[in-house]
Amino acid sequence: MSARDLAQRLRTRFGDLISEPVEFRGEITVTLADAERVAEVCQFARDELGFDFLLDLTSVDNYGEEPRWTVVYELYGLGHHRHLRLKTHVSEEKSELPTVTGVWPAADWHEREVYDMMGIRFRGHPDLRRILMWEGYPYFPLRKDFPLAGRPSEMPGVAFTETAPLEGGPFVTAPGGRDALEREPRARGPER
Amino acid sequence: MTTTREMEFPDPAARTAAVAAGPAPASELEDLPAEKMVLNMGPSHPSTHGVLRIVLELDGEVITRAVPEVGYLHRGDEKIAENLTWTQFIPYTDRLDYLAPLANNVAYVLAVEKLLGIQDRLPPRCQYIRVLCCELARISSHLLGLGAFAMDVGAMTVFLLTFTEREKIYNLCEALTGARFTTSYTRIGGLARDLPPGWTDQCRRFAREVLPAINEVEALLTRNRIWVDRTRDLGVIPKADAIAYALTGPNLRGSGVDYDVRKAHPYLVYDQLRFDVPVGSVGDCYDRYLVRMEEMRQSVRIIHQCLDQLPGGPVNVDDGKIVLPPKDKVLTRMEELIHQFMLVTQGVNAPPGEVYFGAENPKGELGFYLHSRGGGVPYRLKIRAPSFVNLAILGRLLPGHLISDVVAILGSLDFVMGECDR
Repeated sequence: MSARDLAQRLRTRFGDLISEPVEFRGEITVTLADAERVAEVCQFARDELGFDFLLDLTSVDNYGEEPRWTVVYELYGLGHHRHLRLKTHVSEEKSELPTVTGVWPAADWHEREVYDMMGIRFRGHPDLRRILMWEGYPYFPLRKDFPLAGRPSEMPGVAFTETAPLEGGPFVTAPGGRDALEREPRARGPER
Repeated sequence: MTTTREMEFPDPAARTAAVAAGPAPASELEDLPAEKMVLNMGPSHPSTHGVLRIVLELDGEVITRAVPEVGYLHRGDEKIAENLTWTQFIPYTDRLDYLAPLANNVAYVLAVEKLLGIQDRLPPRCQYIRVLCCELARISSHLLGLGAFAMDVGAMTVFLLTFTEREKIYNLCEALTGARFTTSYTRIGGLARDLPPGWTDQCRRFAREVLPAINEVEALLTRNRIWVDRTRDLGVIPKADAIAYALTGPNLRGSGVDYDVRKAHPYLVYDQLRFDVPVGSVGDCYDRYLVRMEEMRQSVRIIHQCLDQLPGGPVNVDDGKIVLPPKDKVLTRMEELIHQFMLVTQGVNAPPGEVYFGAENPKGELGFYLHSRGGGVPYRLKIRAPSFVNLAILGRLLPGHLISDVVAILGSLDFVMGECDR
């Protein structure tokens, strides 16, 4: 059974909630219209369609468009060796959808990362904390409106107290700067 | 003295059943409920191979709860990628799994080539050289993984042996790419340069020399009573757990799941090469060790086949809109000059769309999810780092083990924090 057939079975079960499968470069993508039902759809995909392996879970920030967030699930079945991409949209005001950790425990860290990087919350997640940034960090760095150079935070600048040997050179970090814009000569500032 | 034959190796089914039944209840501990102790392991501990921190809750020497903390090496690679052209991100892939940079280079450009739709147009010579790169990286990574694993549980000699062999791989990398560590060898649609003269002979010599070294490591460890006692039936990952936590690579195959991207979804010329995929039976540290040992032998097999079959011809796709034109043409011809200018300033023009490409890297499946809205810069680039996914199982795996077993379990999982934290 091809990935397209499996996507069609998903459509037969959930009707118009699941979009027509889109094929690009041999990969099948379906979009789920209602993010609130993602756990239910994933449960069906795992139990009935054999997608027992959650390869990846990630998010895309469609900054300036509505809805702002796209959450992407890369499903894989070890039995039938088929990939399927499931996408769903979440609005910025809501920024919340149900967790799929109950379906695949592998989603645990992925969902924490999505929360950490973009600030999308997963309802029912057992331990939704930051994972790559530190506890108490105030921003969500993978959002498109977060500048590459970073923003000042309460972290003390301990890493920048020593004088660098080539200080003042074009590629040399300046010590004591308030934020990366002051410290890094080549840092790119926020878009104005 | 016990001969190796007398060492008991119960059949795998009985061992799996014994493990499923759980450890025998420690009745003396139940009688005396002690105050639990919290111990911080890492972020800078020799066995954490980088900056992994594990918060352990201990009842005596037995772990009752383990919370891994990652992120100490987070550099924001995915954010950086959104501000670079497709080609400019290649050096950043060196710094993911920095023990196998060549394999990361190959995986990344294959993902971009899938997005561009040119993976079928790659010249055969390029594909064979890329396979060589991947397999050299696999041997290098496994050698380091095993050496460090063995040293962590007290076998220092193995580390010296494996590092001697790794040195030869670094010499090969240096001849091939000009760098020993940060290779950045691949380009979208090809390679930075063809093989240097004499490289194939050097590689063949290495492939011959590494086998005796692997055999020596095998002789030192596989039937070594101390090694077996410290790894067998420890850190058992049942098949169902390995799948539920989406482990990949040797850690998944050690648990008996026959999934290797090179076989399930062959890329490059893997479907034309003969090699076997070893799988474990119980899923303990010992099985993961055996799987890695055998994978190195299979990689040597692949290297010999690639060197035998290595075709001639170009290494780059013949398309001026993807690959930089030769320098002499840039300086003399208009069209090539424009191509060069566009490629350097704008980047490779990718179509809008999204692809996921996963490659079988030494640590597991390294996947790239590329989301393009057209143009030379990724809109979103997500790295599915095998080390990150493989470490997520620690919280489930560690409880019930002794604190000294953590070292063996971490060594057997073989992770790299550069890739985990990105």
